[in-house]
Amino acid sequence: MSLAKPDALGINNKQKAAVAIGVIGLFILTLALLNTNFPNQGVFLTLALSAIIGGTLWFSREAYLAKHEGIKNDGVWFKSISSRGILGWILGVVLTTFYIVLYFFPKYLGLGTNGEANTGLIALFDPLSQLLSGRNASQWFVYGTLYTVAILAFGYKFILKYRHNRYQQLRTVSVMFFQLGFAFLIPEFMYVMNNDLPYYDLKSIWPLNYYIFDEWSVKGFLSSGNIGLALLIFGILSIFVFTPILTYKYGKRWYCSWVCGCGGLAETAGDSFRQLSSKKMYAWKIERWLIHVVLVFSVIMTTAVVYTYLGYDKNDFWLTRGVFISLVIGLLTLVFAATMIFKRQELAKDAKYGAISFFIAIALLLFMHFTGTTDHLFYIKAGALRAAYGIYIGSIFSGVIGTGFYPILGNRSWCRFGCPMAAILGLQQRLFSKFRITTNGGQCISCGNCSTYCEMGIDVRAYAQKGENIVRSSCVGCGICSAVCPRGVLKLENDSMKGRINSKDVLLGNDVDLMELVNQK
Amino acid sequence: MEHIVIIGNGISGVTLARHIRKLSDKKITIVSAETDYFFSRTALMYVYMGHMKFENTQPYENWFWEKNNIILKKGYVNTVDTSSKTLHFEEGDTLTYDKLVIATGSKPNKFGWPGQDLKGVMGMYHKQDLEQLERYAPNNEICKHAVIVGGGLIGIELAEMLNSRSIPVTFLVREASFWNGVLPKGESAMITRHIKNHHIDLRLSSNLREIKSDNNGKVTSIIIDETGEEIPCNVVGLTAGVTPNIDFLKNSDIELGRGVKVNRFLETNISDVYAIGDCAEQHEAIGNRRPIEAVWYTGRMMGETLAQTICGNKMAYNPGHWFNSAKFLDIEYQTYGWVFGERGRPGYEQHFHWKHDDDTKCITIAYHKNTNEFLGINTFGIRMRHEVFDRWLTEKRDVDYVIHHLPEANFDPEFYSRFENDILKTYKNTLQTIS
Repeated sequence: MSLAKPDALGINNKQKAAVAIGVIGLFILTLALLNTNFPNQGVFLTLALSAIIGGTLWFSREAYLAKHEGIKNDGVWFKSISSRGILGWILGVVLTTFYIVLYFFPKYLGLGTNGEANTGLIALFDPLSQLLSGRNASQWFVYGTLYTVAILAFGYKFILKYRHNRYQQLRTVSVMFFQLGFAFLIPEFMYVMNNDLPYYDLKSIWPLNYYIFDEWSVKGFLSSGNIGLALLIFGILSIFVFTPILTYKYGKRWYCSWVCGCGGLAETAGDSFRQLSSKKMYAWKIERWLIHVVLVFSVIMTTAVVYTYLGYDKNDFWLTRGVFISLVIGLLTLVFAATMIFKRQELAKDAKYGAISFFIAIALLLFMHFTGTTDHLFYIKAGALRAAYGIYIGSIFSGVIGTGFYPILGNRSWCRFGCPMAAILGLQQRLFSKFRITTNGGQCISCGNCSTYCEMGIDVRAYAQKGENIVRSSCVGCGICSAVCPRGVLKLENDSMKGRINSKDVLLGNDVDLMELVNQK
Repeated sequence: MEHIVIIGNGISGVTLARHIRKLSDKKITIVSAETDYFFSRTALMYVYMGHMKFENTQPYENWFWEKNNIILKKGYVNTVDTSSKTLHFEEGDTLTYDKLVIATGSKPNKFGWPGQDLKGVMGMYHKQDLEQLERYAPNNEICKHAVIVGGGLIGIELAEMLNSRSIPVTFLVREASFWNGVLPKGESAMITRHIKNHHIDLRLSSNLREIKSDNNGKVTSIIIDETGEEIPCNVVGLTAGVTPNIDFLKNSDIELGRGVKVNRFLETNISDVYAIGDCAEQHEAIGNRRPIEAVWYTGRMMGETLAQTICGNKMAYNPGHWFNSAKFLDIEYQTYGWVFGERGRPGYEQHFHWKHDDDTKCITIAYHKNTNEFLGINTFGIRMRHEVFDRWLTEKRDVDYVIHHLPEANFDPEFYSRFENDILKTYKNTLQTIS
């Protein structure tokens, strides 16, 4: 966990002790993983988690409280763990392996199959699961608990690190709250109340939550009475109503760096790796294509899945395949047409080509429904599509690569290259939102702290040194660029849409006549 | 095709090249002996502190220059022959130009101190200075103690750098209070306390007498002039200001003062030869500015202006309202308009000063004694908007208006505590005391 390599900046003895305590906690978990049977699992689990949390908290207090408030990036590029050194690679391999086992070989974690009792690591978590929901733990419960522990412990570290910056503190308290409450506790309590309900993290919104409209999930909701129906409606409203309104007012940050669980882990446990994201132009090019391809994939997949379990007959249910497909086509056309009519001039060339080709592809495929006779929308079995999405996007991309590669690719590679939710919010943020990062006149000295510490790989300096505001679809509004700026040049703001995007050639401070002449477009 | 040769790949020269490229397809060559590619000098400190890698200080990726057809030449110019329009390089080769721009920046001041060229003595300006520091002060075992001579913006940065590697620092400052040649009393006193809080051994009213060495020509100690005290050290940082880096022009026909003498069009006495940035010296100072402005922003502005002239739209260098910024350890500083310290303050300039109890935030507003016209603001620990103050200065607002409208100028991150009410209250109390 907090293994800062003391090659350039030594850690003090108390910090070494704190690391030792954390390692003891991890060691207990490792013993469990190796199938050690602890006599009193509840006690050992408590011991392990307390040691991990306690070690991290103590380490953080030693690291920051003895120093003055301010930016704490000394030695970031000298520490092995945060500069792709040997510790970074070891951690990357460990995390990646953990994710592979978690997703594909849960039995090695001790998951009991066919009604057998859990063993190993998962069994160690049984007492906590019993306490919360009266059932034994699953690999997902273990993962959820560790995930929550990581966000809470490292969230505390982050709050201390930025104890001079209230924006950072509030947003960290927010992700800690949503993780503990919405992702971890509430779903367990919901199960206690009504164990027909599918696991539902209320803040996890489609298409990030790609399984919410699966047949088993929807059936689960519908068979759970009014509460289930209400939750399903909440899920639909979340993406189609709440999300656009909040993103319009605050930018995508309301979700990505204040609420989202993936974002929460990236901002807390992943904070030490934010400088590792690539700022190169080619990385941005890959990002633009990859994330939108995933978005299209998720739309097609969900459409196909829903289509498959809907009936043809109006008598069964008002929502038939025909109605559903018409709704999807209608919505896509509406969004696409509105963008092309009102925002055409704001789209770069590749974005236009991309949008048009994606639209044509989707429209063609959907129209085949009306002409084709096949039961399989797009001639592909929806189940196969759904399975592929679950494995390649849901597991490998978001988990194995997204989190496992924190110490190599930076802490937001899933959010940046893969998350379809981030893609939707990003399109909206770029085209229809009050949010921007304002550049303060001519004060930028091109130092590059902002770009270095942008976890989304945005070359913030490229805009700031031209006096331009930063309006980028990928910006999650973490506010670190503004925090690390030594000259007070950047400010995250929600203001009017007018003049939000302002390309400039000459900066404030020069001859007013020259500025006018050159900045004329 | 006209060939524009720019000596120096700092912010001035690079801004010029970029703007010429936007306006024309002239052949552009940038010459530098320091680095292959443009980097941000202001960020060197962050490389030593481990906040950034050197690549991170380069604002443009390496393909940028070829893509924009800007030729980069690495070489040290020995002499400039303006009659044949030829540069002679130390390596022996030559380069001819149609128009020449000198943008060679500065070099650290050395005032003839005994021992100023010893091993372990360095400025903090060039990339080579950073390499020297990395060599002589990689950690606090090899460098057990460092002494910094000269209390300006580079001095405080160097102190912060060494501090980040836990190297004890003694900081010799000529003034009786830190940077009080520029800052008003209250601010200078606050920064002085802030430096001491960071366990930096700040010696005020102290000058360097000499630097001593061992048999290998390596620094071993320094002597303070006033007290004769000897301080053992392994590294000495000379940060007593900078001076134009123009020695290579001494034997040319180009008129030199402390810098390269230029008129308002940034032209030298030789036609087709210009100078911009830190190394340019105006025949007459512009407004309250100094004849030589060794500031990041003015270098950029001169580059923006000269590009117009070179591309056929002759334009005088006519900067707008003064502004600047810096960071003193953990305290950010911004200034808009003119606020003078004790030294050189015009008789009509009056100050309103407010300081927060936590001793890390304060502002000083300068205004005209008779007309109440707002002249400028220094702000510490509170970010303010450049655009707003620029407008207020143009509109010649009075101090009353500025104080009452301060919330409009606030640029701190969201959810930060605001101090405008407190400032207003202090302002009203001050007025009552005066009247």
